[in-house]
Amino acid sequence: MTVLSVDERVVMHKRMLLVRLLEEELGTLHKAGKTRGPIHRCDGQEAVGIGATAALLPSDFITTTHRGHAHYIGKGLDIYGVFAEIMGKADGCCGGRAGHMLIGDLEAGVIGGNAIVGASIPAASGIALSAQIKKTSDVSMCFFGDGAAQTGICHESMNIAGLWKLPVVFVLEHNQYGLTVHQSVQSPVADLSLRARGYAMPGVIVDGNDVAAVYQAAVEAVARARKGDGPTMIEAKTYRVEGFSTSDMGGYQDAEEIARWKKRDPLQISYDALLPLIGAPALQAMADDAAREMASVTQKVLAAPLPEFELFTPSSPYVEVL
Amino acid sequence: MTMMRYAEALNQALREEMHRDPSVFLFGEDIARYGGVFKVTRGLMDEFGASRVRDTPISEQTLAAMAVTAAMTGTRPVLEIMYADFVPLVLDALINQAAIYEYLWQGVQMPFVLRTQGGGGAGAGAQHSKALDSLVAHIPGIKVVAPVTPADAKGLLKAAIRDSQPVVMLEHKLLYNQRAEVPDDLDFTVEIGKARTVVEGRDVSIFATSRMVLESQKAAELLARDGISAEVIDLRTLRPLDLPAIKASIAKTHNAVVVNEGWRFCGYAAELSATIMDHAFHELDSPVARVTLPDMPVPYSEPLETAVLPNAEKIAAAARLTLS
Repeated sequence: MTVLSVDERVVMHKRMLLVRLLEEELGTLHKAGKTRGPIHRCDGQEAVGIGATAALLPSDFITTTHRGHAHYIGKGLDIYGVFAEIMGKADGCCGGRAGHMLIGDLEAGVIGGNAIVGASIPAASGIALSAQIKKTSDVSMCFFGDGAAQTGICHESMNIAGLWKLPVVFVLEHNQYGLTVHQSVQSPVADLSLRARGYAMPGVIVDGNDVAAVYQAAVEAVARARKGDGPTMIEAKTYRVEGFSTSDMGGYQDAEEIARWKKRDPLQISYDALLPLIGAPALQAMADDAAREMASVTQKVLAAPLPEFELFTPSSPYVEVL
Repeated sequence: MTMMRYAEALNQALREEMHRDPSVFLFGEDIARYGGVFKVTRGLMDEFGASRVRDTPISEQTLAAMAVTAAMTGTRPVLEIMYADFVPLVLDALINQAAIYEYLWQGVQMPFVLRTQGGGGAGAGAQHSKALDSLVAHIPGIKVVAPVTPADAKGLLKAAIRDSQPVVMLEHKLLYNQRAEVPDDLDFTVEIGKARTVVEGRDVSIFATSRMVLESQKAAELLARDGISAEVIDLRTLRPLDLPAIKASIAKTHNAVVVNEGWRFCGYAAELSATIMDHAFHELDSPVARVTLPDMPVPYSEPLETAVLPNAEKIAAAARLTLS
């Protein structure tokens, strides 16, 4: 088991703080009528994305879902570019063309948010296939939910990844709900990592609200993939505390269940782990810094210009440079 | 030039491009050890190894989605989908994935080729005989080519592999054994987006795709017996369309027949017809005539299947109608 350094814990804690502040700010802006379309917040799930991406190199790749804010930030996208994109601004990392569900940046190794549930899974396998063909040591990490785990392409992709020993890590962010439908109404088994055995890959269950636990599982899985030993499925158990999206009317989640999970807030768990290591004043200073950064980013995003429309024409044939 | 079959021309294109560029790889069902159900990939696994020529599980949806991201990350995948009838399985990868990223994430290249074959006439039944050209040609950002001759099969496949964005190649099961001369030049390609005049004529233009080009040639011979001079244009590329070639032909003949083996309603022929109306209405002496499959499943038994497929007689009849 990898022993985490204090620095590693601090970096992940800071990233989680920023993502939480982003989600809360988006909630506030939505209530004020300043956002556009549904926004899928990841409050309470930050530890999965931040912990897992911390195990990757900048040259590695991720694919993610409609709920990808923690994955984007964890993989190194600038929070200003992400926030501006969510607000449809010209400064957004995709110029306002993509929106929060479809952010991508090839140079940062973010091969997309993906709002077709399940589509991030073959996307990650395709990147891993490319790495295998080119014989690079790149690893591809896939984030998907328990809803996506019920798709046919999930089975197909994991079967192929296991068969070909592709360098991919499947991170199942198990937040218990596919839109409004509880996992017990979607699958006959609660632990979906049981399936990993059928694909000849290890299946690991971790506490998805404990960033250190997620990170440690991811480090092992990434090392295995990089060595050429094939894929791993990490089932990170977590919970979606703020509903499916900003348009969610609620009413299908048990209040007691939400309260129970809120007590297991990943930020609190990370705080408790850091407290004996760095002390309360340092933690307070981190929280204050994050709040200041978020306030300044928010101000800049709100002031940024909207994009101007340009008709798009798909490219003409490639001219190879010989 | 070397005389060879259409399937051999495709095989040669794949072999040449794999030698030229180590990032080109092939995957699909039954393509490696067996060499493909239509033998297009015969011998390539032995030559290039099992990493670059892969047999896959029966997982079309996933294979197509993998081609998209593999192409984004530095390889040039060529995916074989055994029958065009399975194209509905890969539409998410084309419509919701491949078609959006060049716009959303500007500068992204997705150089992959999806080869498939469709069409009737082989007694393969309702799930293995369709031409679903319009399903793929409908998608902005996906180029679609449909060669008829062995030379075009080779040249268009090489151009497709070298293209920086997705290309769907629609082959036809009845064309694989067609033989003709094929250029040997390693850099021979056929430009995507250029039609080919097969027969020159003065009275009516017949715009056809895939195997229907051969039927249109026969139709032109039938029409010639009645003194009608038909021009036959093989579109070769279904998208982007060679609009200048279409307009030039209609400016000469003032009558147009469009022929496609797919369904009629919202079909590829409907798009061709509408495009001609948009761009050449004032040149037309008569309404555009469409020859297509009727809107029904492709039947199995020979007389039933023959009855639904477009052929030279039906095309000639449509041409006469435009002139009547």
